[in-house]
Amino acid sequence: MVRFEAISKTYPAYRGKPGVNALQDIDFAIPRGSITGVIGRSGAGKSSLVRLINGLEKPTTGRVIVDNRDISALAGRELRLAQRSIGMIFQHFNLRSSRTAAGNIALPLEIAGWTKADIKARVAELLALVGIADKHDRYPSELSGGQKQRVGIARALATRPSVLLSDEATSALDPQTTRAILDLLANINRELGVTIVLITHEMSVVRQLAREVVVLDGGHVVESGHVADIFTHPKHPITQSFLAEVIGDSLPVSLASRMASEPSAGGQAVIRVQVRGAGAGDTVVARLARDLGLDVALLSARIDEIGGQHVGSLTLGIPGGEDAVTRTLAWLSQHQFSAERLGYVA
Amino acid sequence: MSPELINLIIQATGESLYMVGIAALLGTAFGLPLGVFLATSRKGELYAAPLVNRVLGIVVNATRSTPFIILVVAIIPFTRLIAGTSIGSTAAIVPLTIASTPFIARLVEAAIREVDGGLIETASSFGASPLQIVFKVLIPEALPGLLLALTLAVVSLLGYSAMVGAVGGGGLGDLGIRYGYQRFMPEMMLAVVVVLIALVQLVQSAGDYLARRVNRRLRHR
Repeated sequence: MVRFEAISKTYPAYRGKPGVNALQDIDFAIPRGSITGVIGRSGAGKSSLVRLINGLEKPTTGRVIVDNRDISALAGRELRLAQRSIGMIFQHFNLRSSRTAAGNIALPLEIAGWTKADIKARVAELLALVGIADKHDRYPSELSGGQKQRVGIARALATRPSVLLSDEATSALDPQTTRAILDLLANINRELGVTIVLITHEMSVVRQLAREVVVLDGGHVVESGHVADIFTHPKHPITQSFLAEVIGDSLPVSLASRMASEPSAGGQAVIRVQVRGAGAGDTVVARLARDLGLDVALLSARIDEIGGQHVGSLTLGIPGGEDAVTRTLAWLSQHQFSAERLGYVA
Repeated sequence: MSPELINLIIQATGESLYMVGIAALLGTAFGLPLGVFLATSRKGELYAAPLVNRVLGIVVNATRSTPFIILVVAIIPFTRLIAGTSIGSTAAIVPLTIASTPFIARLVEAAIREVDGGLIETASSFGASPLQIVFKVLIPEALPGLLLALTLAVVSLLGYSAMVGAVGGGGLGDLGIRYGYQRFMPEMMLAVVVVLIALVQLVQSAGDYLARRVNRRLRHR
């Protein structure tokens, strides 16, 4: 569907500012009908990457193939025709303030040369699709952020594109509205079969919507694949840090402040257990307590679901001195759990 | 004030409106495209042509920094070529147009550059040509600013038009100088000033009203 072949993108030095290698050695494919998240920190090259797909930017080297066509080789009228089959939505919506919701959605159709009657029918259809049929005559200044993004989505879908690019489309929205917009995108993907490419710096967006993920860092793809695979076994530090945003790796404040590096009589050893995979964490505490005959304390726990897989960590308090700790660690390792000793509490 | 003098004022007002009206129309006809081009021909923009942009910028600045009264006299041969004569209200339209074109162009340029760059990128993303971006995004989004710019240009032109009396251009300024100043008729001077003030108020109010009407952003705030 979308294929990057040996892409690099360099911005030349300009007025004393040094040149920037925004993207290097990019080689991956986005399958048709998928929802692919491209995640990375600011300056990782996400914006450049997504703009290569619709030809707003040209690669310095390599090719970008969209629908079996080398979009990086097109220019002028040919490029503009190709762009009609690639929709894009933006963080700040980019609506024309002097046009109504309907007028904004009509804009790409006017540009594509549709007749007035066809535009009218299509706009009504799109407003209903994104759930704001009643906002037909409203100006952007009268709409909420979520409604504006719905107009943006309707506008991006107007010319029936096969790919929808999302450039941080929910970054300016509150969590509840973000959820509603992501649900809408999931519906659109399911019902229209549109391939969606999301660029984001928010792990929650990838977690909720994406099935495939590409992790970008410093202009390189550091990991890519199914969301569940990547986040149950994150290899690169940047992927691990994104995962930590969701599952959290810091201890509760009250626990952290009581933590000591030496055991005390009658105290507990603090052990963190990583939970990865479907149903992995469900019964670990119960089984551990039963098998070893220990009163295992659950000090803190966070388990989330990413791509249908459990991902998280449990912090356990193990009483009974060094012998119990050794037995616990051995049991965990025997049952394929990765665990570490963090310290002791009284 | 005698009926003859009142007739003189009415006639001079007509001449002023004629000169200013035609010069504003022509100035807009030349200045609007020039301004759009100045705004869009910078490096990295729609019609990027940085060198042409700089040359045009210098020409515009040169015209704007020439005092109007000197411009009027300096281009007399050109005026004669265009209007057939260098005397009278019609002839005065030539220097007025030449002075207002770069002024309007700069105001248009500023208004167009105010348009959010994200809108241009968005239009490009769905395959709009540069010309479509100009007509379907830049000009309509900049319209409130453009109307205010045009208002400012008309008000300035009213001021300029008072100077063309020096070359027999007629109009209110000419009347004020010949009767009010040279014939020691302070009441005539006062009348001319009052009419000019009224005209400026009228133009400004009309411009504000139109700009507000097209500005949905302010309207719903």
